Amino acid sequence: MKELKLMKGNEALAEAAIRAGCDAYFGYPITPQSEVLEYLSREADKRTGMVVLQAESEVASINMVYGAAGTGKKVMTSSSSPGMSLMQEGISYIACAELPCLLVNVNRGGPGLGTIQPAQGDYFQSVKGGGHGDYRLIVLAPSTVQEMADFVELSFELAFKYRNPVLILTDGALGQMMEKVELKVQKERKFEDLGWTTTGRNNGNGRVITSLHLKPDQMEEINIHLQKKYKTIEENEVRVESKNCEDAEYIITAYGLVARICNKAAELAREKGIKVGVIRPITLFPFPKKEIKELTKNAKGILDVEMNAGQMVEDVRLAVEGKVPVEFHGRMGGIVPSPEEILEKLEEKFIGGVV
Amino acid sequence: MNERRMLDDQHFETMIEEESICTSSNVVYDAPHKALYDTPMHYCPGCGHGVVHRLLAEVFEEMDIIKEVIGVAPVGCSVLAYNYLNIDMSEAAHGRASAVATGIKRVLPDKLVFSYQGDGDLAAIGTGETIHTCNRGENILILFINNGIYGMTGGQMAPTTLPGMKSTTSPFGRNVETMGNPLKITDLVAQLPGTVYVTRQAVHKPVNVRKTKKAIQKAFEYQQNGGKGTCFIEVVSNCPSNWKMTPLDSNKWMEENMLPFYPLGDLKTPSGKEN
Ligand SMILES: Cc1ncc(C[n+]2csc(CCOP(=O)(O)OP(=O)(O)O)c2C)c(N)n1
Ligand code: SF4
Ligand SMILES: [Mg+2]
Repeated sequence: MKELKLMKGNEALAEAAIRAGCDAYFGYPITPQSEVLEYLSREADKRTGMVVLQAESEVASINMVYGAAGTGKKVMTSSSSPGMSLMQEGISYIACAELPCLLVNVNRGGPGLGTIQPAQGDYFQSVKGGGHGDYRLIVLAPSTVQEMADFVELSFELAFKYRNPVLILTDGALGQMMEKVELKVQKERKFEDLGWTTTGRNNGNGRVITSLHLKPDQMEEINIHLQKKYKTIEENEVRVESKNCEDAEYIITAYGLVARICNKAAELAREKGIKVGVIRPITLFPFPKKEIKELTKNAKGILDVEMNAGQMVEDVRLAVEGKVPVEFHGRMGGIVPSPEEILEKLEEKFIGGVV
Repeated sequence: MNERRMLDDQHFETMIEEESICTSSNVVYDAPHKALYDTPMHYCPGCGHGVVHRLLAEVFEEMDIIKEVIGVAPVGCSVLAYNYLNIDMSEAAHGRASAVATGIKRVLPDKLVFSYQGDGDLAAIGTGETIHTCNRGENILILFINNGIYGMTGGQMAPTTLPGMKSTTSPFGRNVETMGNPLKITDLVAQLPGTVYVTRQAVHKPVNVRKTKKAIQKAFEYQQNGGKGTCFIEVVSNCPSNWKMTPLDSNKWMEENMLPFYPLGDLKTPSGKEN
């Protein structure tokens, strides 16, 4: 029996967290994601006993996540761009200590205090590390309210499988808009000793969660281990969606909400007789390098579209290794591009048509 | 080794066989081996950190709570506290130990959670976390080692550095006009309704060591009995290396200068009585 509901993206994500058996949420209000904290404050404790705590800052929330994640519980936080910036030190610690947890960034326009409108300006911060040192998050980019919900459970699965923080990178529009969403059944909250967690000393010696390794050879070993893990993740966890790329002359690459607008642009193009396909990376790290290279090998050109000044486009260029010309179209500051605008840019850049 | 000492040693050896006195029935004083690792000491001679670590280990053993406690280490000289304390521990980012402890306690409310923090960690970069953790009345113990200086990074001024006190970043003495006044954060948290037990102790003399141990024990007892708020213990301590004094002189200096400014005793107890 399907359970369908009309929900805001942020609320669907919060509801999915409760149903996934999440144990604790620590967060701080910021638009456009406060609904996550608000929804959980209303719903979580009474339904599953999940801990929900409004912290005094994003710095505090991410460090509460660090503490709670070290016990092996399912823990999460969410924020929007300025708040994510504040969390970066903590995320770096979490990555080094290899703690599983879920982070959510409902991206808004920046830099600075910016705007509360949707944007994708945090791509670099999300997929290239963000904080100090060499580390990666697993980054999932939903493009529907349904995926906002579905990626919660997937994130926890991946986080525990790899002992790595997972980030859902979404934006203000997806967080705020309402769509029909199919909800999963309630999972039980369970708790097991994972062998590395700090839950009170067991029979052996005390366990330690730390990111401090003073000896350089030890620190290098940790780094080598992390890089190996990221490689495995790159080999096994790529997720990508492609539409009508088989016969396409031109291919649009885009993630999240923008990919949906690009699908519409591609439809408009086909109506005009221009064969356009769309590739949507679902995991931004690991990035679908091989898939993009393969799917675009017969294309005359790639248009990368983002709500930023051109960030993922660098990874697209690296993926195709100069074999296909890559152009970029972006809107910034919270402006969402329209399908017509995207098609016009594609024609302008590759066909030299409409002026 | 001088000649006299050699003679004495030889003399001693002929008098008594070592094995005959090293028996368990003759032990009058031993380390709390169950909770304390036998590990090379990285703290400077005479430093208060080592004494407080040992007290923690003694309390864990005596209260039989080794499996119940989870500690949070700070960034500071005591960042490696987990190399001494054989319990589950988490190492926090600079200043965030009480937030990390909050995270642990909230998901494991039956465990006994404590943070161990220096003055820079707790009263400068982590002031926000300290005050809000205490204000929420998290049922944890915050153990605060106030040596009036940044020990780990080599003797810079701390929020608790006394007026006129020299450090590498107040080389002519702390000028309160430009550098601000020392922060009595313990007095501050005692004002918050979230704290139940706030006390200031020291470990420079046997009597103070005993009092500090008693305070730690009480704090864990309160937490064990369902703790209705945060326990906060300040230990006024020394840093012989960065104060550039011998251990003995540092204790004397501490007594003469730190204690008048940071007077010892309870600031708040669950019964409301001060002792
Ligand atoms: C974010 C950050 N800023 C600065 C430092 C450098 N740092 C390490 S320890 C420390 C001060 C420690 O002093 P205190 O908390 O008083 O501890 P003590 O060593 O005196 O026991 C500083 C500034 C750091 N590790 N992280
Ligand atoms: S530097 Fe100071 S605080 Fe650090 S171990 Fe040495 S004496 Fe102790
Ligand atoms: Mg200090």
